[in-house]
Amino acid sequence: MTLWDAWKNKSLDETIGLCRDLVEDTDFPTVKKWKAAGGKTLGHFQVYFPEEIAHAAGMLPVKLRGSQVDRKKADAHFGSYICSIPRSSLELCLSNTLDLDMFVTQPICDVARNLAGIWARNFKYPAQILYLPQNANSAYSSTYLRDEYARLARELEKITGTLITDAALQNSIRVFNENRRGLRKLYDIKRETPWLLGIDEAFVLVAVGAMIPREEHNALLAQVIPQIQARTAKKQDRIRVVFEGGFCELPPVDLLRVIGQSCYVVDDDLLIGLRWILEDVSSDGDVLHNLADAYLNKSSYSPVQHDLRKPKEKMLMQRVKNANAQAAIVTAAKMCEPGLDEQVAYSKTFDEHNIPYFISEFEEKMTGFDHVQIQLETFVESILFE
Amino acid sequence: MMTDKTDGKEIIGRGAAEGARLFREWFAELTTAAERGEHTAYVFVMGSIAEILCSFDIHLVFPEITSLQTAVRRVAHEYLNAAEDYGYSPDICGYVKAEVGVQLKNGEHPMGKIPRPTFGVLTNACNTYLKWGEIWERMYQARTFALDVPGSRSLGGQTWQGDPDFENDRKYVEFQLRELITLCEEITGKKFDVDRLRETMRYTNAMSVAYKRLLAVNMARPAVFNAMSEGTIYLGVANALRGTAAGAKYFEDLVEEMEYKAANKIGTLTQEKYRLIFVGVPCYPIFRRFTELFSEWGGAFTGSTYLEFASGGLNTGFQYDLNRPLESLAEGVLVSVRHAMDAMFFQNQWLVDSLDAFHVDGIVYHPIKSCRTVSTGLADNRRAVMAARDIATLFIESDMMDKRVVTEAPMKNRIDAFFEGLATRKLKAA
Repeated sequence: MTLWDAWKNKSLDETIGLCRDLVEDTDFPTVKKWKAAGGKTLGHFQVYFPEEIAHAAGMLPVKLRGSQVDRKKADAHFGSYICSIPRSSLELCLSNTLDLDMFVTQPICDVARNLAGIWARNFKYPAQILYLPQNANSAYSSTYLRDEYARLARELEKITGTLITDAALQNSIRVFNENRRGLRKLYDIKRETPWLLGIDEAFVLVAVGAMIPREEHNALLAQVIPQIQARTAKKQDRIRVVFEGGFCELPPVDLLRVIGQSCYVVDDDLLIGLRWILEDVSSDGDVLHNLADAYLNKSSYSPVQHDLRKPKEKMLMQRVKNANAQAAIVTAAKMCEPGLDEQVAYSKTFDEHNIPYFISEFEEKMTGFDHVQIQLETFVESILFE
Repeated sequence: MMTDKTDGKEIIGRGAAEGARLFREWFAELTTAAERGEHTAYVFVMGSIAEILCSFDIHLVFPEITSLQTAVRRVAHEYLNAAEDYGYSPDICGYVKAEVGVQLKNGEHPMGKIPRPTFGVLTNACNTYLKWGEIWERMYQARTFALDVPGSRSLGGQTWQGDPDFENDRKYVEFQLRELITLCEEITGKKFDVDRLRETMRYTNAMSVAYKRLLAVNMARPAVFNAMSEGTIYLGVANALRGTAAGAKYFEDLVEEMEYKAANKIGTLTQEKYRLIFVGVPCYPIFRRFTELFSEWGGAFTGSTYLEFASGGLNTGFQYDLNRPLESLAEGVLVSVRHAMDAMFFQNQWLVDSLDAFHVDGIVYHPIKSCRTVSTGLADNRRAVMAARDIATLFIESDMMDKRVVTEAPMKNRIDAFFEGLATRKLKAA
């Protein structure tokens, strides 16, 4: 069954428009269509989740990345000092917009770990924490994670009633490798020719992948990448910046568009979980172990993974350098403790290296961008006319 | 165990006085450690691994205790301001910021001088622990060791000895403990001594038996100690003196005191009217007053989730098997830290079960700005508990550190209304 093919044989601008409509659609029509056809869905909270395992089980993995939905029920389940993404994600489920067969959260932050309890108290389907290792530096971590993935696989088998075979896992690995290659290509374009692809456009092209089967996303990327490369947009006199702070809760697309109007965003950490693994995962041998090893040893960074090999400020400096960026936008979602913590380290490091940066906070439901736009333009001008 | 000292004068109040003395001495020892430049590990209450660290004669600093003491002593704002001036947001954990403030003030603290970390041991019981450790890495290039203890995967989904999933987790913890021992050997230049480890584990075993008994004694009517205020003293000793002879003796004496009070019906309040459970972390900026807002109405806290999750697992009564120390330590750490996490994320059934056992009239939920670990699920938890049982609850938000978000007048209004509701319930039930 094809879930979403509205983009087929459309122009690039039309496809990007369709992707944006789907990403911003608070009704999640593709997930509804999947369920209506009898499919099982697994909702996983940000940031990284080994979607290959759910894919191999025949489920549709859906990334719970919040939404601009009106919150009518969920706020009664949280206190005041909590970020927005768990609220909107819960709203989608309480309103039955997202009808899941399983919910999985990760120990990314103190809020996220509480979500398994909240989901368990409100829904009949299983709600679990996938304990991704927090000691990435132990020699035993990949063995542990392999076993944790096997445990997860057994849970999914109970839901789907089918065994996850090695062949199915190998196929899923191949599908997701292809997907990651496509996403890397998009980011190469952003880095090398950012005038061809705005941050908001790249974002919706990536985000749509978390709402449809990956095979369909692969086909979509295969169509749009040559179209992007064939764009005739001219390079403009804009500064090159890295956008950091979108690893979990996501800024509204319009905020990204506003940023893109002022500068070229040559790299970012938006939806980093979908791009977490940086290389192809081997589909030979113990596939779960390969997947676990890739999570730990062939991966990106984020404020919510503690790894002595990846001091976040050094990783961000590397990202700035690799993208040949002149400056950085360092944001955090309101009330996001890991993001706010990291702003201090980032700003001190940038001060040390004399790299201009723009600090801000956002919320997924913000609607006014004039203020940010004026501040950002002032920031950009201060660099351009230095 | 009952006592022969029947007049009780030597017993009653001993726990509070001794706790304060031991705590002062502990801080004084940290001050001398700072002066001598002795090895110090920064650790956390939910998984301090004191048993291993003490066997290497490494001093322990509990940054959470360091911070809360600044609030209790009403100087937290000085430290919070220093950290916010440094760049930290008003919206992050106040414990972290106060401790950053202590470091920025070169260890100066109202209880003495806090030594700098030789290294840090961070468990994942709270994600902020990991972020906190990264601050020491940056400030001092201090080494940190993240001890990852997998928690329960779901509500009611704990696995136990004999289950392959439990064994996978236990092996992971044990492997990490062995890696931690290697790190301690490197840092101190001392060889690991398994008999020293056994000794500390033996003391923790004694503390664990006594602590578990202590919590149970408060089922007595009237409650013999206030789980929120006096309980905080006990928690301090439980953590700071874990794995020591002094810690073991303190809790054995404390149980003696509380059993004496229970036998003689001596309550923590002169007139107990309502029995309460406290969920969350206390409001330290107005700690005494916060307690009075309840005790003035005759409300006694018979139990608290704080005494569960912040006790380093002593509440579980887990007993290490000294014949296989490292395997058993891994098992104990796994069970204890996991329980601490359960007591924050999945505590609704524990609360429901406690209502009858402790003859509870009401539950007070106190989510705080500073701590998302403890606070995120409380509103939902309250809904679940109230759906399961007809029980009065109060939900008040403030903070454990930041007096800017503590407003006593509206807090008092809410608490007064809560007790008026409890009084009405009692009248109706009569």
